[in-house]
Amino acid sequence: MRVAAVLAVDSAPNPWINFGYLADNWDRILPYLGQHIRLTLISVLIGTVIALPLAVLARRIRLFAAPILGLSTLLYTIPSLAMFAFIAPYTGLSPTTVIIGLVLYSLVILVRNFLAGLQAVPDEVREAARGMGYGPARMFLKVELPLALPAFMTGLRVATVSTVALVTVGVIVGQGGLGQLIIVEGFRRNYFKAPIVFGTLLCILLALVLDQVLAFTERRLTPWTRRGT
Amino acid sequence: MSIFERALLYLNDPVNWTRRNGILELLGEHLTIAGLSLLFGMLIALPLGIWLGHTGRGGGFAVGLSNVSRAVPTLAILTILAVTPIGFTIWAPVIALTVFAIPPILANTYVGFREVDRDVIEAARAMGMDTGEVVRKAELPLAMPLIMTGIRTAGVQVVATATLAALLAGGTLGRLIRSGFGTQDYGVVLAGALLVALLAILTEVVLGSLGWVLTPGQKYIPFAGLFGRRNSGEASAAVAKLPVGDVPRPVT
Repeated sequence: MRVAAVLAVDSAPNPWINFGYLADNWDRILPYLGQHIRLTLISVLIGTVIALPLAVLARRIRLFAAPILGLSTLLYTIPSLAMFAFIAPYTGLSPTTVIIGLVLYSLVILVRNFLAGLQAVPDEVREAARGMGYGPARMFLKVELPLALPAFMTGLRVATVSTVALVTVGVIVGQGGLGQLIIVEGFRRNYFKAPIVFGTLLCILLALVLDQVLAFTERRLTPWTRRGT
Repeated sequence: MSIFERALLYLNDPVNWTRRNGILELLGEHLTIAGLSLLFGMLIALPLGIWLGHTGRGGGFAVGLSNVSRAVPTLAILTILAVTPIGFTIWAPVIALTVFAIPPILANTYVGFREVDRDVIEAARAMGMDTGEVVRKAELPLAMPLIMTGIRTAGVQVVATATLAALLAGGTLGRLIRSGFGTQDYGVVLAGALLVALLAILTEVVLGSLGWVLTPGQKYIPFAGLFGRRNSGEASAAVAKLPVGDVPRPVT
């Protein structure tokens, strides 16, 4: 079989860059891109919703900080293929498998950055807010959260970019977004190079675009950091 | 029989270890690919990082490369190399993995050298050390913890990514996971996942201990923080001062 495949590669032209492929197969590529974006956004969103209370908990109750950080270190050591393989027996070949895995990875980055952001709020600022009569809820929303925002956003950007790259591995359960394009449409179809190249480029482009969107959002949310520049 | 029991049963059968394309053979190829990649990564990134860090040049490059590499899917680079003429040799995954081993080592070595107290270098020079001696005897030992962090990160990264090579032509431990999915035998899938995860954690622990041994001066007991011995001030300093290269990166 391998011999036949090699012969096919040799007999048909198979250039690296093939814009004709992109033009002819755009409606084929788009669903993969759509799935990639969906999986990324859902995972990071769920990750954020879980990471925020965990970070606050770790900040409030110091005893929790070390176990949470230790556990997340252990988690990020586990290779993604193994991670999906651990989850798949229970959730099958579904997007849920990929989302659970990606949420766990994004948690690792988000909790650390959220915690670092909260811990970086100076005690004097808290003291001053308390002196001005701020209660715990108002203190969190009006003082701690804004001051921790730059660290939050950094974490969010790193998590998003990493997640975009990791979605491709979802191909093992048939839910890999652009990974499907690269492996199924490219590699397993007689090593067809065009989908491999465009799948890769679209992945990188998606990561950069989402990163820039978040960077722009961060600038809008924290106008005070720009003062004086 | 539960999936977990089936996984243990699979792992408990000696034939599954010793047969052709068995666990031992896959493990051998896995370690060969990962080991070569880490070695090549170190050979390229360490001298470059030391030079950049010592001279203080190209910091944006070293750190930027580490950030950009995050956006590139390892699976994509593996696939691209797999469809080149060397695709079916061991060199395709080795080259792909080397590319991903370089950024963490480079960034951490650079930051490690840059963070050496300027006064220490001044003092070393005043004691009559030449440039080579300053690098070897003053900067290198002080940068050691970060350099080892970079090597550890890269090591875990290559062990993890070598798993993915099994989705293409590589005969690494990921092959078990893939064939398990192929035959819908989740026992084999779980057995493969256990082996791969164990190998990655083992790599982390071994390289982490190596870093601990190689770091001169006062030593902290690893994971002591887990038992709450650290006060929160120290912990926060440790988190806040995480060097760029050490931002935890989910390994592929």
